[in-house]
Amino acid sequence: MSRTHVTCVLNGDPIDFLCNDHQTLLSALRDELGMIGTKEGCGTGDCGACSVILDGQLVCSCLVFAPEVEGRHVETIEGLAKVDHLHPLQDSFLEGAAFQCGVCTPGFLMAAKALLDRNPSPTETEVRYGVAGNLCRCTGYDKIVRSILDAAARMSDEEEQKEEEA
Amino acid sequence: MGLLASHPGAAVFAGATDLIPQIQGGRPEPSLVVDLKRIPETFRLAAENGFWRVGAAIPAAALTAHAALVAAFPGLVEAAGLIGSDQIQGRATLGGNLCNASPAADSVPPLVALGAEAIIVGPDGERSTPVSDVVIGPGATSLDRAEFITEFRIPSPSRGSSDAYERFIPRTEMDIAVVGAAARIRVDADGRCKEATVVLAAVAPTVVEVGAASGILEGRVIPEDPGRSAFWDELGEAVVSCCNPIDDKRGTAEFRRKVAQVLARRTVVTAARRARETL
Repeated sequence: MSRTHVTCVLNGDPIDFLCNDHQTLLSALRDELGMIGTKEGCGTGDCGACSVILDGQLVCSCLVFAPEVEGRHVETIEGLAKVDHLHPLQDSFLEGAAFQCGVCTPGFLMAAKALLDRNPSPTETEVRYGVAGNLCRCTGYDKIVRSILDAAARMSDEEEQKEEEA
Repeated sequence: MGLLASHPGAAVFAGATDLIPQIQGGRPEPSLVVDLKRIPETFRLAAENGFWRVGAAIPAAALTAHAALVAAFPGLVEAAGLIGSDQIQGRATLGGNLCNASPAADSVPPLVALGAEAIIVGPDGERSTPVSDVVIGPGATSLDRAEFITEFRIPSPSRGSSDAYERFIPRTEMDIAVVGAAARIRVDADGRCKEATVVLAAVAPTVVEVGAASGILEGRVIPEDPGRSAFWDELGEAVVSCCNPIDDKRGTAEFRRKVAQVLARRTVVTAARRARETL
């Protein structure tokens, strides 16, 4: 079977890979590219564990055909931390004990990032709706929600500081 | 189109939020999947002379973020904003929601209530058909195998006209409608109802329009607080007479009949309030 050659931008870097036409983006990330930070939960779009950001839009990578990302920008959990420091969401999750087994965590972090990119100061209700597509069977969600609110507060403090310095 | 005509086992998709789970769930795998999203017509979103063109492959998230569309069709957009999670709304489309042909699709009742036409292309060219004629039963559409929907044309709301959608689910997010109801109401300068369209989902094999609604509501001032009135009872009876629901794990037929009456009343109240606000 001939394979499809796909070129895209993954976490800011131009890359290419080969995949089958019916392969999902989730499978291409994990099995073709070795990017195993993105997790498979249900494979049907219900659990959000495989959430990635595609051209700025949060999606379940299990519901995207890999050839669809030709020419597009994909952000995964591997691109969240910078070389020498974690993303504020990752710091907040660590300090707030917002995960236990950790399988849902990459998906929650990408959903939270997409939410804060769009709405930097969400209410608790907005956070709860923002991660309604992500399932966690360990934490009971409260620590996750509080950690996202904490990260939002930190990020807006940092923004203010930057503005004052400027 | 050539691809569809030459591959009998081909399937078109836009958001793929139904297609991929169906393949995973063991339905026969299509010999070819055809992505409609790079066809420019399927992504067009604009108001023209007297109608809106809404591309069939636009994800719900782009519809809910479009301020002018929200102002024109608040009910349609609130339905699109109820389809699954943020992740799903990043992919799911009006064309897919319609052609998946679920009796419980959230965006179909408002499209029907708004009098939307589906623009369908196929080997014989382009044709236009009312959205209400696309779905013919659960999982079945009137489209030919090599046809697909490029866009919807929705009459622009006149002054004094607006819409609303509500559904019942046992939780607050991420579920499929037990009952859905859309209403489009037009009021005159005095705020009296001139025209009413009520469309129900998940109470029959396809969405159903409550044909008697206009006759019952015409000339009424629809109150902000529905309260008890003879005309609400009449509307309730008309709603029940249109319902042919099933018993399933989401709800019994009897429960669906009751909920349909409540939701019809609520969406009429909301659409009428919105309609008065446009005066």
